[in-house]
Amino acid sequence: MTDSSRPNESATEAWITGIGLATSLGEGLDANWDGLNQQRVNVDEKGFAPYVVHPLAPVSFDAQIPKKGDQRQMEAWQRIGTYAAGLALDSAGIKGNKDILARMDMIVAAGGGERDLAVDSAILNAEAKGNAAPGFLNERLMSDLRPTLFLAQLSNLLAGNIAIVHGVTGSSRTFMGEEAAGVDAARIALARIAAGQSDIALVGAAHNGERKDLLVLYEFGDFNLKNKYAPVWARGEQSGFALGSGGAFLVIESRKHAEARGAKPYARLSNVVADRAARKNPGDVTATLNKLWSKLGKLDDSAAIITGATGAEPVTSEERAFLAAHPGAAVRATGTTFGHTLETQFPLGLALAALSISRGKLFPPNDTSGLEIETAKAPSQIVVIGAGHWRGEGMALVEAPR
Amino acid sequence: MSATRDKFGRPIVVVTGMGVVTSLGTGKTDNWAKLSAGESGIRTITRFPTDGLKTTMAGSIDFVPVEPFSSTDLSERLADLATEEAVAQSNLGTKGDFPGPLFLAVAPVEVEWPQRQELGRAIGNQTEINYDEMLRVSGGGKFAPYHRRFLFGSVADHLAETFGTKGSPISLSTACASGATAIQLGVEAIRRGEADAALCVATDGSVNPEALIRFSLLSALSTQNDPPSAAVKPFAKNRDGFVMAEGAGALVLESLESATARGARILGVLAGCGELADSFHRTRSSPDGKPIIGCVRNALADAGVTAEQIDYINAHGTGTPENDKMEYLGISTVFGERASEVPVSSNKSMVGHTLSAAGAVEAVFSLLTLEHQRIPPTINYDVPDPSIPFDVVPNKARDARVTTVMSNSFGFGGQNASLIITGEPI
Repeated sequence: MTDSSRPNESATEAWITGIGLATSLGEGLDANWDGLNQQRVNVDEKGFAPYVVHPLAPVSFDAQIPKKGDQRQMEAWQRIGTYAAGLALDSAGIKGNKDILARMDMIVAAGGGERDLAVDSAILNAEAKGNAAPGFLNERLMSDLRPTLFLAQLSNLLAGNIAIVHGVTGSSRTFMGEEAAGVDAARIALARIAAGQSDIALVGAAHNGERKDLLVLYEFGDFNLKNKYAPVWARGEQSGFALGSGGAFLVIESRKHAEARGAKPYARLSNVVADRAARKNPGDVTATLNKLWSKLGKLDDSAAIITGATGAEPVTSEERAFLAAHPGAAVRATGTTFGHTLETQFPLGLALAALSISRGKLFPPNDTSGLEIETAKAPSQIVVIGAGHWRGEGMALVEAPR
Repeated sequence: MSATRDKFGRPIVVVTGMGVVTSLGTGKTDNWAKLSAGESGIRTITRFPTDGLKTTMAGSIDFVPVEPFSSTDLSERLADLATEEAVAQSNLGTKGDFPGPLFLAVAPVEVEWPQRQELGRAIGNQTEINYDEMLRVSGGGKFAPYHRRFLFGSVADHLAETFGTKGSPISLSTACASGATAIQLGVEAIRRGEADAALCVATDGSVNPEALIRFSLLSALSTQNDPPSAAVKPFAKNRDGFVMAEGAGALVLESLESATARGARILGVLAGCGELADSFHRTRSSPDGKPIIGCVRNALADAGVTAEQIDYINAHGTGTPENDKMEYLGISTVFGERASEVPVSSNKSMVGHTLSAAGAVEAVFSLLTLEHQRIPPTINYDVPDPSIPFDVVPNKARDARVTTVMSNSFGFGGQNASLIITGEPI
């Protein structure tokens, strides 16, 4: 158990003061809030058939990445993330504030960029036709790979691009490792703020689901949702996830730092906890989620739950067993609306939790299985859950500021 | 202030175990013997055909067998070796039960050519190969192990499972500063009091055709292939790029209090860490050197020492024209006249650039420098660059009194990190 942010009387309180969202529903808080309330889902069953993906809603990248040259240097996931990061800085009221950006810490959860599918395919075709001379691969890669593609694929270059475009330079750390990376980015940022090692941090991730090379990776493990879209809880025998597209960034800062600059909180980030269940025996994930729940701090009976449940098995069933022990809680699965955005799913959950608290209501269920229940109560506590499709479990407690 | 806290009241973080693998060999003893003898681990590449490549040498590790080869499998194997050595030396915990978190610096992961070619063969030559066809043959369990293998978190997961680290293992990349960042995360966790010990590991097994070509297309690599041992020439006027290399470094960090309580041998102190990002360019440092200067100053401030107290700098020293110039600008700005007096050497002249692993490999070498009171040289230094008047400890190791080392790491994407390592608590 990593107790990085065990509730501590002397710990500095941390607020979420900025949220940036660019998703399959749209860009900005209102578009996402409206889409959720209208139970809208933007899903593509045809473009990558038989695989189901959630495409990014149209976004004017120029608004946050003014230089075309910068946009050209980035892959789609980097553009989405750099865009969402800019929205978060705007939302926190610190866009262009050089004094703060120069000492702002950054933790990005990242995968990597898309390969050049045409180059890969051409090489494999040539090899299949018997062109396998020593050095053939070298020759083709030397002449066909774009030199800058490397940087557009490199994991830490999302953070690098955010530094270049928005000037966030206090520190720059990139966590990798699928869903858990998103949990740990928030966990470490909060732990540093709580301990006085940092005053303000930009935390988030981005994912592009419209990628055949990623589908191949998850197809190895038969994790892709095929043929027909269904809400996460209604996938039953047809388990799996539909890759999602989006960026979610948060500005997290100490209450003191926020108050000194007159910033208002969307919500308080009270705790983030994470663990790694061995997943060797049935029930391992359920047990770990129970353990994490008990570490979150004092929870009211009315706490709501926003989960990044993937729809993949067996982890989704293990999470359902955990949720069944909390029958009164209003649960929302982000995967139903946004698909599965891997590293981004947990920051997305945090963003939607903070947004719900700031808007004084939880968005409605979008579920045919009956697991998600209506609630009219203004949420004062929302627990965000992230259980990775293969590894990693995390939880956060997002609360109304007191 | 108690004796186990630093002047800022934070728990003092010490090293109680370390392990290393480089192209020079496996383990501290072998590495130190060759490093202090000024030997090079750079060889002509034999792992794959080099026809048509401008760079044909690397510090690849071929004495650790991995079959079939993938860079991620090799990274995992190297991390195992370094971690085994570090954990054994620390004598902390019991086998498979390390009492603290894992921070792993690892190269970004993706499906590699041998596996992609396997998909191509599964499709056959009767069909036009494209990603739709690759998708068609990928499922059904035939390639199931590749899912785990090519997840970004898989190497850390393996280490967490093998060594029994606690909590969620963190995989990270800050490009060529990754190893230093892994150590920094461990230092911070112990200073926060959330752990008494942390396992900080950095590994890289990236010498494969595509990775080499990617760096080559950015004109970052040396092309002085003959002889390979003379290719990396940090701070020399005829330097022409870095040489890719493989390796791993592992450190067991512990609070001084915990280490003392169990009577552990203390190998050194992680006195301070500094970082600062550069927003100038994706691969180039800001020409004014401010981010590097700020990073170095942050590390000194974090350790509570002045530049005057640094008596050895373990340089990033990649041997690229740009890096070495910028590193001199940064250090000379902070150190003033002392910049030409403090010994500054580059381990990369011998082991090459171990990329994601470099920060940790070089932290281990810095600790060995403190232990042996002997500074490893910068080899291949035959043509001094008058614009970089460092004392580079040219070509031969030097005995010296060393108490406080600065180890620098700078990387693509504006990543800068510096560590301050001392022999005794300060």
